[in-house]
Amino acid sequence: MNKIDFAVGIGGENGQGIASTGNILALIFARRGLHLNAYNAYQSIIRGGHTFLTIRASDGPVRSMGDKIDAFIPLNQDTMDRHLHLLKSGACAIYDKEKVTPGNAADGVQLCPMPMKELTKGNKLAVNTAALGATLQLLGIESEPLETVISRQFMKKGDAVVAENLAIARAGYDYAAQNFTAFSWKAPRGAKPLGIITGNQTIAMGGAAAGVKFYAAYPMSPSTGVLMWMAAHARELGIMVRQVEDEIGVMNMVIGAAHTGCRAMCATSGGGFALMTEAVGMAGMIETPIVCVDVQRAGPATGVPTKTEQGDLWQVLGAGQGDYARIVVAPTSQLDLFHTIPELFNLCDKYQCPGLVLSDLLISEGTTSIDPDDLNFQVKIDRGELILPNGNGADNGSGAIAAANPASGYNDKAYLRYKNTPSGISPRAVPGVPGCIFTAATDEHDEDGTLISDEFTNPQKRRMMVEKRARKMQGAIKDIAPPQLVGQEEADVTLVGWGSTAGVIREAVEKLAGEEGIVANQLAIKWIVPLHAAEIGAILGRSKNVILVENNQSGQFARYLRSETGFAAHGHIRKYDGEPFMPHHIVEAVKEQLGGKSRLSVPVHEVNA
Amino acid sequence: MSATTEPTTTPAPTAVTTPAKEPGQLTKETYRGRIHPDWCPGCGDFSVLAALQTALFELGLQPHQVCVISGIGCSSNLPGYVNTYGMHTLHGRALAVATGVRCGNHDLKVICTGGDGDGYGIGGNHFVHTMRRNVDLTYIVMDNQIYGLTTGQCSPTSVKGMKTKSTPHGSVENPINPIPMAMVGGATYVARAFSGKQKHMVQMFKGAIQHKGFALVDVFSPCVTYNKDNTYQWFNPRVKILEEQGHNPTDLHQAIERGFQWGDEIPIGLFWRRTDLQSLEDLEPVLHTGEGPLAFRNLGISPEQAKRLIQELL
Ligand SMILES: Cc1ncc(C[n+]2csc(CCOP(=O)(O)OP(=O)(O)O)c2C)c(N)n1
Ligand code: SF4
Ligand SMILES: [Mg+2]
Repeated sequence: MNKIDFAVGIGGENGQGIASTGNILALIFARRGLHLNAYNAYQSIIRGGHTFLTIRASDGPVRSMGDKIDAFIPLNQDTMDRHLHLLKSGACAIYDKEKVTPGNAADGVQLCPMPMKELTKGNKLAVNTAALGATLQLLGIESEPLETVISRQFMKKGDAVVAENLAIARAGYDYAAQNFTAFSWKAPRGAKPLGIITGNQTIAMGGAAAGVKFYAAYPMSPSTGVLMWMAAHARELGIMVRQVEDEIGVMNMVIGAAHTGCRAMCATSGGGFALMTEAVGMAGMIETPIVCVDVQRAGPATGVPTKTEQGDLWQVLGAGQGDYARIVVAPTSQLDLFHTIPELFNLCDKYQCPGLVLSDLLISEGTTSIDPDDLNFQVKIDRGELILPNGNGADNGSGAIAAANPASGYNDKAYLRYKNTPSGISPRAVPGVPGCIFTAATDEHDEDGTLISDEFTNPQKRRMMVEKRARKMQGAIKDIAPPQLVGQEEADVTLVGWGSTAGVIREAVEKLAGEEGIVANQLAIKWIVPLHAAEIGAILGRSKNVILVENNQSGQFARYLRSETGFAAHGHIRKYDGEPFMPHHIVEAVKEQLGGKSRLSVPVHEVNA
Repeated sequence: MSATTEPTTTPAPTAVTTPAKEPGQLTKETYRGRIHPDWCPGCGDFSVLAALQTALFELGLQPHQVCVISGIGCSSNLPGYVNTYGMHTLHGRALAVATGVRCGNHDLKVICTGGDGDGYGIGGNHFVHTMRRNVDLTYIVMDNQIYGLTTGQCSPTSVKGMKTKSTPHGSVENPINPIPMAMVGGATYVARAFSGKQKHMVQMFKGAIQHKGFALVDVFSPCVTYNKDNTYQWFNPRVKILEEQGHNPTDLHQAIERGFQWGDEIPIGLFWRRTDLQSLEDLEPVLHTGEGPLAFRNLGISPEQAKRLIQELL
């Protein structure tokens, strides 16, 4: 059965209620059981602080914002001028006939002018509500779900406001029924009601599931959503949330809390992460597990705070001076973020090292539908060789670890915090445990924690400790799933991406097969450090034509792939205009490259400047 | 090929069968660290270490209940010399780390130690904000008015005109005065001590450790190697003990005035103390659920909590 797949685009100025309109639509679609993806291109795409929100929904999987708009709601002239030319036959444009004049639309585009002043009884703020009513009518959705969601949305503003908005929505709905032609298809229904969620929420919820007890941050777009969720739920969930004076303080505080035995986490964007990096090295040196999320935005420096990019890979790879064990992961979707955070905490606890997550504006601020059954908060928790005084540690109160590290008095010297073991993992006591006293030092130290940095010369000890810490990664890689090739083994082209582009690449692969007869497969890379270099090298070595797709200018992952595997991709598709890939960008670039025209494609984001 | 992956010096596990012994009687020796300090002979920091050990002993604090946290510098090497849990963190970051430690385990007594460069220079931002939060910890700054570890450059407390390796013609900058700065910044216990008056220093430390809230003890701890201006001989005739002069540490104006005094007479002692402000830890409800320190609580959330979170998405 053919899936129905449609998108609504709403654009206008800040303050015209675009986000809340989008939210209402997303809730209605999700409650209907539709999968959806909503992406808000805000501020700098359109001058004057304008924003354009795309919500795409379907009864099949939705992994990106897609390529087309079916229902277009320009709330001002500017939006009309910039986007109308992108509409294809069958689409419709819904607008205020007194305020907005359409330009030239393609054949088959239905223009739906509405007398908004009359329908809203002069309430300018409610134009979007009337447009919503009309849109739902055209989509073949009944008016009840809209009424339910509107009632909920405006509840806080009182009964009068609810009643007014309901009347306006109804008026818009009825006006569309009488004056416009509904779409030739109807918005379908899914199997069961879904919810909606952003990546920043799934990061925070993943942290809560993992047992985060300390969260610190300094506000920075696009990571602030994590702080806001944590702050809103802190008291209910028993999480300490601190807004700190700067990101240097954030990371150091998180390490302090983690050192006591808490699971501690923070999120920031590239600029904040730059300030944290010395301390990330400290977590590596004193072997304290922490999790930090870098929600990438377009850089460098302040860059484009409201735009997406995958530009921080090398910053994260190079965070902090010296060699140290760390885990770096780039989750592929909002739901993947939820699952990855607890998994990463387990790895960091086991290997006593920092864990760095590369998210980006696209998935952190992007909204997706979510099946509540996919959000399992009862996750596996493995704290590794942690020694807590109350038995909540690795031995679950059996006393096994304490027995191996007896409290033999205040001046006990039996316990070696940085014991040189075959795995490189040393039993980790926290302050408060009797008999395991040690000092955690960022200077190079011996197994018992005493400094060796000032010893005249002790190359053997230094080498031993460097190797002890490095050895941990040999175990870690075995705990991390290697990437899998998705699609046919025999293909014309293999599309490689990392992190958040997995969804749009998957859709491009489907489109290539469906519309172009080009067989492509996909390798989505998620775990960056340690990297399954041998497995990746083997897969790519069998591929005819490897094209690397990434959201940055210099091909950061292409260079990393080459440095770790020796494999140089045959072609590259790169986008660095601040906007995410749409499937057709990748499809067209693949065609261009298969036609031998280019080895580097930079898709153009189609919007009038 | 070398056997880079084989550990070479791991001692066999010792005393696995020995049951945990009751810790013995606390003595002054209890607080002696594993290694002897490598400070220059005569360095003021020896006196600070001894005074801290005495204060810990006299307060009867168990070593495993104390965490001494420092940054980087000669003075910041102190945690390794005292037998308590310790953290020897990054240059300037002790207070931020310590705030995290207090949040994670508010049962621990936290004592931060470090230098003037560490605390008032590179760590200045954390200094200001840890004070305003009134985090319940003791901050001991071994103020030698010089960068010792990096072999004698100008520090934020070097006096104007001082010649150092980085100011060969004399510093033209005004120094920080940490005493009034701390009072205005929100510290609730502000004191000064001098390495030449160890008994008095012990009293300052004990008061600071017992104080609920942020306590600063700025200690004149002469660097005998790189500061030839502010020496024991220079300080000895000048320092005057506030407690012997009838100073009232709850009188803000008097405290500020004494804090600014410099020259022939330099006050040491408790300048300022207030007990009407609650600490960060007191004000944070998450710490007062009756479940003990965050660090030792059960992880994860209950199915009921999860259900509520999911409900918000529908
Ligand atoms: C980020 C960073 N910058 C610089 C240094 C070098 N450094 C180490 S200690 C120090 C200054 C020490 O002065 P102070 O804090 O007064 O301690 P003292 O040695 O005088 O006790 C400096 C600049 C460092 N370790 N880290
Ligand atoms: S250089 Fe100065 S501060 Fe450092 S140990 Fe020597 S005397 Fe003390
Ligand atoms: Mg100094």
